[in-house]
Amino acid sequence: MTKVWKRTYTYYFLLPAAIIYLIIFILPTFMSFFFSMTRWTLQDWSYIGFDNFKTFFQESSLNIGFQNTFVYAAVTCAFKVVFGLLLGVFLTSKIRTKNYLRSVVFFPTLVSTIAVGIAFSTLMHPTEGLINTTLAFFGISGPDWLGDTRIALLSVAFVDIWKGIGFATVIYIAGIMSIPEEYYEALQIDGGNSWHKFWNIILPLSRSATNSVIILAFIGGLRSFDILWPMTRGGPGFATDVIASIIYKQYQAGFYGLATAGNVILFLFVSVLAFPLSHYLNRREVNL
Amino acid sequence: MIRNLRRFSLEFGAVLASIVIFWVPLYFVFVNAMKDARGASLRSMAWPTSNHLWSNVKEVIQSRDYMLVRAFVNSTTLTLLSIALLLIVCAMAGFVMQRRSDRATPWISFFVLAGLIIPPAIVPTIWVLDKLHLFKTMLGLILVEVALAFPFGVLLYRGFMGAIPREIDEAAVVDGCGGPRLFFRIIFPLLKPVNATIIVTSSVAIFNDFTNPLYFFPGSKNATVQLTLYNYMSQFVSQFNLLYTNILLITLPPLVLFIFFNKKIVAGITAGAVKG
Repeated sequence: MTKVWKRTYTYYFLLPAAIIYLIIFILPTFMSFFFSMTRWTLQDWSYIGFDNFKTFFQESSLNIGFQNTFVYAAVTCAFKVVFGLLLGVFLTSKIRTKNYLRSVVFFPTLVSTIAVGIAFSTLMHPTEGLINTTLAFFGISGPDWLGDTRIALLSVAFVDIWKGIGFATVIYIAGIMSIPEEYYEALQIDGGNSWHKFWNIILPLSRSATNSVIILAFIGGLRSFDILWPMTRGGPGFATDVIASIIYKQYQAGFYGLATAGNVILFLFVSVLAFPLSHYLNRREVNL
Repeated sequence: MIRNLRRFSLEFGAVLASIVIFWVPLYFVFVNAMKDARGASLRSMAWPTSNHLWSNVKEVIQSRDYMLVRAFVNSTTLTLLSIALLLIVCAMAGFVMQRRSDRATPWISFFVLAGLIIPPAIVPTIWVLDKLHLFKTMLGLILVEVALAFPFGVLLYRGFMGAIPREIDEAAVVDGCGGPRLFFRIIFPLLKPVNATIIVTSSVAIFNDFTNPLYFFPGSKNATVQLTLYNYMSQFVSQFNLLYTNILLITLPPLVLFIFFNKKIVAGITAGAVKG
C-alpha cells in the first residue's frame, strides 16, 4: 500500500470505535477471567482460585442452567429454522395477501420483550388464561404452562419462537428471493413438481440464509434472558433457570465473583458450541 | 380449478391463522387496557362494558410521580444519542476496515466479529463504568449500547462499502481530498441505505432493550420505559388494567415506526442478511 493510501485510510478513523469498544467490551471480557477467581465486592477482592467454578459445578441449583440453556437454545433454534423456512417459502410464492402476512409475521419482532412476556404469562394462566379456556371449550384440560416444572421451559421457548419467527422469516425471504430464475426454468423444462422445487432448489440454495438463522438463533438462545426473566424468574424451582438468569441472580445477591464466573462459563459454553458450528456451516456453504 | 381452490383455501387458512396467532394477543392487551381493575382481573377477551382507557392512561402516567414520563424522556434520549454515535463510529471504522489490507486487519476483524458471539461480561463492565464515574449515568448506558451494537453495525457498513468503487476514492484524492474530507463529503452521503437500516433496526432494539438498562442504569430516577413496565409487574399485580395500559403506551413508538417504515425495515434487514 502506498503512502497516500495509508494516509487516506488512516487508522485514526478507528479511534472512536476502538476506544469505546476496547474499554466497554474487550477490557471487561479479559478482566472477567481474573475476577471470576476472586471473592469480590466491587471495591475489594481476594483471590480464591477456582472456588467459584467449583461452586458452580457442584451446586445443582447452579449447574441445572447448562442443560436448560442448551435445551432452550436448541428448541428455539430448531423451530425458528423450520417455521422460518416454511413461512419464507410460503411468503415468496404467488399469494395475494403476501404484504399483509409479511407485516403481521414481522410485527412481534418490534414489540417490547417485557410486554410480550407479561401478555403471554396472562394468556398461559392455568385456569383463567385464554389458552386453557379455549382448550377447555374443546373439552381438553390444558396444563399449567408456566407452573409445571416439566413444560415451563418449553412454554417460554414457545413465546420466544412466537416473537423471533419474523426475523428468521425475513432472512429466508431474502435468501429465497436471491435465487436466480434460471434454476426454476430449468426445473420446469425437466418436468419437476413443486416438491422438487423445494427439495432440489430452494433448500440447497437458501443455505446461507439457513446458516444465518441457525447461528443467530442459537447464539441468541444460549444468551437469552430478557424473555425468560419477566415470565418465570427462573422458576418454578429452578426449572427455567438458564446461565444468564443465574448470573443475574448471583449479581443481585451480591456474589459478584460468582456472577463473573458464570459469565466466563457462559463465554466458554457459547464459544465451544458456536465457533465450531459456524465453522462447519460456512465450510458447507454453496456459492450462487 | 381444483388447484385454484386449493391455493385459495391455503391462503384463507394462513390469514385465519395469522389472526389467531398474532392479532389475538394484541387484541387481548388492548381490550384489557380499556377495562377497570375488576374487569381486567378476569383475564377475559370480552369487550369492556364501559371504556376506562382514558382514566387508565391518566393513572399510569401520574403514578409514582410521573415516572413514565421521565422514562419516556430517558428512553428517547438514550435511543437518539446511541444511534447518532453508533452511525458515526461504525461508518468510520467500517470504511477503514473495508479499504485497508495489511497485517493488522485480520486481527482487527477477528476482535470485532468476536463481539457478535461473546456474551458481555457484566459485572466487570459495571466495575469499569464505576471507575470512570459512568455507572448509573445516561452516558454510561449509551456507551454500552454503542459498544454492543458496534460489531453488527460494522458488518453492515463493510458489506455495503465493498460495493462503492475505489475509483471514487482515487478521483477524490487526485482532486486533493484528504482522508477525512473524502469520507465525510463523498463516502458518507453514499451510505444512506445502510444508515436507514441501522437507524430503524437499532432504534427498535435500543428502545426495547431491557437487560442493559437493568444492569447499567438502575435506580428509580433513571428508569427507561422497559424498566417501568418491569417494575409495575410487582406494583400493579392486582391492577392488570394499568399493566396493559402501560404495555399499550410503550408499544406505541415502535408501532408508529413500524407503520411508517414497514417496507424499509424488511428491505433493510434483507439487504443486511444476504451480505452478513
